[in-house]
Amino acid sequence: MTVEEKKKATYTIPVGPIHPALKEPIRLALTVDGEEIVDTDVFVGQVHRGIEWLGMNRNNPIQSIYIAERICGICNICHPFSFVMAVEHATGITPPPRAEYIRAITAEMERIHSHLLWAGVAAHEIGFDTVFYLAWRVREEIMDLIEYVTGNRVTKAMFQIGGVRRDITEEQFPRIRQSLDYYKSIFDKLKKVFLDDKTIQMRTRNVGILKKEDALKLLTCGPSGRASGVPKDVRQDQAYAAYADLDIKAMTPDMITGIVVGDVYDRIIVRLLEVKQAVEIIEQCLEKMPPGPILAQPKTAVLLKTLTKAEGEGIGRAEAPRGEVVHYVRLEAGRETLATWKVRAPTYVNLMSVPTILKGMQIADVPITFASLDPCMSCTNRVVVTDRAVGRKSVMDYGELHRLSVEKTKGLPR
Amino acid sequence: MDKLTPQAIIDSFVKELGDGFFGGSIHEYEVAVKKNKFQSLWIEVKKSAFRHAVEHICRLQEHPHLAIISSSDLGAEVELIYHFTIYYGEQLQELSLGLRVKLPKSDLKIPTITDLIPGALFTERETQEMMGVEVVGIPDKRRLFLPGDFPEGVYPWRKDEKGLPADMLRILPGREPK
Repeated sequence: MTVEEKKKATYTIPVGPIHPALKEPIRLALTVDGEEIVDTDVFVGQVHRGIEWLGMNRNNPIQSIYIAERICGICNICHPFSFVMAVEHATGITPPPRAEYIRAITAEMERIHSHLLWAGVAAHEIGFDTVFYLAWRVREEIMDLIEYVTGNRVTKAMFQIGGVRRDITEEQFPRIRQSLDYYKSIFDKLKKVFLDDKTIQMRTRNVGILKKEDALKLLTCGPSGRASGVPKDVRQDQAYAAYADLDIKAMTPDMITGIVVGDVYDRIIVRLLEVKQAVEIIEQCLEKMPPGPILAQPKTAVLLKTLTKAEGEGIGRAEAPRGEVVHYVRLEAGRETLATWKVRAPTYVNLMSVPTILKGMQIADVPITFASLDPCMSCTNRVVVTDRAVGRKSVMDYGELHRLSVEKTKGLPR
Repeated sequence: MDKLTPQAIIDSFVKELGDGFFGGSIHEYEVAVKKNKFQSLWIEVKKSAFRHAVEHICRLQEHPHLAIISSSDLGAEVELIYHFTIYYGEQLQELSLGLRVKLPKSDLKIPTITDLIPGALFTERETQEMMGVEVVGIPDKRRLFLPGDFPEGVYPWRKDEKGLPADMLRILPGREPK
């Protein structure tokens, strides 16, 4: 229901453009009854960039890998990953096994950095900035490792259709193992900080609950879905790349607490467990990595010619830090660009659960609850608060929301 | 319902839809060193049998996961593919199921499936604004990504005269469409 339909003699006070979580643009319209949230409406699209249009009209498939990499600054491995898999399925190109392992290693490094980044942001949202500094300091180690392995901290340009562009050599293994050992040594400390802390528990337990039934109906995927007890993980269900050789299990919160609640606390557990899992996956990959070439077709011009001649369609699925990324690609013979390109990022479906998880919450819980989904998008954010009792409508800015959240943490009885 | 093999799923569609079933194919991919396989299934149905087909998928798996609806402009018709996954939750058991339906451009209408799968709403809204396919019975008709002042009757994914007109594009030197 829109705000307009409900208002009776209301007026609007615009306070300013803001971001409910993660400094990314999305607008939420919250209908509140006093302090309690009754309904939420989500508005996206503030920064729709027409990336699919570029792939269908301007760029050739190899150029599209780099556009895919720029869909998201954090998931810049999983988008090209799933894009190249879609093109490979459409054309029948098979990447060499060594490339499959390198792909999995880089994807897991991305998962570690993304989850730690999220952990920091989540702590910041409840006004626990000490933990925010801690999480981001810990994250620097993996960022350094990513730079060491791929040559860059953010856009890594590792992927090519039919393989990867850079090898990981034996000489690099000790440096990689050193970082992995560091994460193994601090895991218990992180677990204690995030799961045993009284303040974090009070702000996250029984907050923003998404029941399993709702998660299934609203197609919630990734850590948010798994925290609600849906054991869905592409790496397990439809194992791709090196994951098919490993024994991977979807992480659910009952592994630690013995029960699935589906609240913010459970989402923290799942992400923590996945950091540990990612470290183990990289270790196994390093052990099992087969020798051999890293590209099916090292000559780009030849590859491009094959792609122009190819006809077919393919779908690539990859498990991003936030959930399942799906790319659908259709190639037509004689066409330089892609005929169809459809991208689905995990936040696309996860946003549909926002009205459910915010229902019955207080306005001060909005930042942490919304951030707990780890939404990742490019849009302009505002929260419109409509007070049903008074019939008043106002726009809250980020500072105001953050202040409310921090005040709530400070006011907790201890 | 017990888990069926991809071939048995195709057979069940034939039995269920009769004339409404156009064809099905199974693709198999081998991955990495152990050569584990995963399969994807593509099924094409007649427009009139589309709802029936989705209901059948909901019987195969209680809550099928609808990843996305992809749409392609094929000239005289628009092709929609509903990308489902079923049998998730167990190692290497998941199956991708692409449900394909073609709509003639003279009658671009498809019934909504939000009553069966509530989470289909966003992708139906997107298909409606980007491809100009009318989703009949959709509970929320608003646009999803396009701004409010975007002209009516222009659909960015179309490749015919209803696609983006030249005066709406800002083309930088050397970046002309191919």
